[in-house]
Amino acid sequence: MGLELDQVVKEYPGDVAALRGVSLEVPDGDQVAVVGPSGSGKTTMLTIMGTLERSTRGSVRVAGHDIGSASDGELAGLRAHQIGFVFQGFHLQEAMSVVDNVALGMLYTGQPLGQRREVARTALDRVGLSHRLEFKPKQLSGGERQRVAIARAIAKRPAIILADEPTGNLDSRSGGEVIDLLHRLASDGATLVLITHDERIAAGFARRVQMRDGEIVGDHRA
Amino acid sequence: MSDLAAPPLPTLKRAGIGRARLPAWELLGTALQGLRTRRLRAALSALGIAIGIGAMVAVVGVSASAQANLLAEIDALGTNLLTVTPGQTFLGANEVLPDTSVPMIDHMLHVQSDVATYQVSSTNVYRTSFIPAAETGGIGVDAAGVNLPEVVGTSMAAGHFLDARSQRFPEVVLGAQAAQVLQINQVGGHVLVYLGKTWFQVIGILKPALLDSNLDSTVFISLPVAERLFGTQPNPSEIYVRADQNDVVGVSNLLGATADPQNADGVQVSRPSDALEARAAAKGQFTTLLLGLGAVALLVGAIGIANIMVISVLERRGEIGLRRALGATRRHISLQFLAESALLAVLGGIAGLALGAGATEVYAVTRHEPFVVPMYVLIAAPAAGFAIGTIAGLYPAAKAARLSPTEALRTT
Repeated sequence: MGLELDQVVKEYPGDVAALRGVSLEVPDGDQVAVVGPSGSGKTTMLTIMGTLERSTRGSVRVAGHDIGSASDGELAGLRAHQIGFVFQGFHLQEAMSVVDNVALGMLYTGQPLGQRREVARTALDRVGLSHRLEFKPKQLSGGERQRVAIARAIAKRPAIILADEPTGNLDSRSGGEVIDLLHRLASDGATLVLITHDERIAAGFARRVQMRDGEIVGDHRA
Repeated sequence: MSDLAAPPLPTLKRAGIGRARLPAWELLGTALQGLRTRRLRAALSALGIAIGIGAMVAVVGVSASAQANLLAEIDALGTNLLTVTPGQTFLGANEVLPDTSVPMIDHMLHVQSDVATYQVSSTNVYRTSFIPAAETGGIGVDAAGVNLPEVVGTSMAAGHFLDARSQRFPEVVLGAQAAQVLQINQVGGHVLVYLGKTWFQVIGILKPALLDSNLDSTVFISLPVAERLFGTQPNPSEIYVRADQNDVVGVSNLLGATADPQNADGVQVSRPSDALEARAAAKGQFTTLLLGLGAVALLVGAIGIANIMVISVLERRGEIGLRRALGATRRHISLQFLAESALLAVLGGIAGLALGAGATEVYAVTRHEPFVVPMYVLIAAPAAGFAIGTIAGLYPAAKAARLSPTEALRTT
């Protein structure tokens, strides 16, 4: 199941091709680092895997479901229940407490707030932030903020975790901690796809996919 | 799209993937959260709606208070007053009430009191004998029974009404407006008026008679004096009847036949309070102009909200992208912004209700009128806010829903 991309092409208006026929299979539980220069199509591939965008051509299957034939509502359901995103810019809600930020990650599953908060506390415990529950994001360090964002992504136990340069705004030490955390959390069965341009981080992954100019130019397994 | 020769895959629903959901209370909580994080801005944009709705509530409230005041005055005067007047014949000539009509009405059941006035024809009243005869000031002269003020529900502004002495001597009582026209505002010191070539002493001035304002522009002398000096016939020109409150209609139905048994159709019976109540209802109709001003304020408020919401959508692209990534459908996003807009305007509507009620209260207190805001306003003000907010939010909500989530997430 996992993720399957077959001859995926993504074109934007004005004949800009971000992806030029990408085929990639990521089995359940795999951890993959995607590396490549900026503009190589890494983020586009990730958003298509995350069903935030549809491909122009080619087929995409996420957790065994054909994305091409699914409605927007069905894709949203898939994101709500099965996919966790981690962004470079954290995207935390500044007005909400840490625990509510994590609970927001499950808002669209329809669970009641009390239950979501309960799960959020557990998730924050797993990322080592149980002492920061009622803090506001701006009271936290960059590494802590990204750990909150990770807790938000993993709280609902998604089948797939997609991380786009999660260490891009962090110093190398807290960046390393974040990567360790992602490895550890994903190792209980989630598929992890992580974009980075940091070769050292990529080196820590069993599988590395290299992209350039909208194509996959390398797929190495350690 | 795909020409892969693969077996058809199960649709998402059949595969048991839950749908993205946003229960109503979560939607409300999300909208509230959105407003709470931008309090000042929310308050300022709600203010436009508050002022518009406040103006309209005040217009409605002030009109209703004025109306309630008038109705209370009418009630205080009593709605049980009936008047009997001679009607017109089939050919248009004036009927005449028989001189027996007053004693007949006196004997009716459920009649508390009654009094008659008799027109003293071709007789006018002047301040002095030097005033040209044509300058009558529009003042009529009537002969009246001694209990006229209490039956019609008015009282004396000065002096006293006709009494036993007035039955023999030339004494006159002025209606409120008649006194004004004659420029007499007190009765002390032997004030005289020139009435039908005779000097009459002014012994009293009446307060305005709300139930029959014709009395205000009339002066009153006694019937014996009128008969003696001016040859007035004892046929009443108007009879005022106070009936028992619960039998007003019954008495009213019988008055014609009682006043003139031989020609009941020639008698006109009316209830002055009916006409006044109709006038009060008309006064309660708020002025269209003021309501129009309120509507303009509301329109400006609605544009303000739409404007703020559009800015809000642009500023919150990151949040919108995040929510889409967390599983929000386009509909969830547009509902969120619609709910924010509607909630903002509903809060504005409630604030406007308070403003308008406050303005009405101030008006009522300063005018010593009862404070009245119609019940429907309590529902209508927030409902109007809801409608305005929903309409104002349509475009921003659609704009938010159309935003590409990936573009929004790229902004770090």
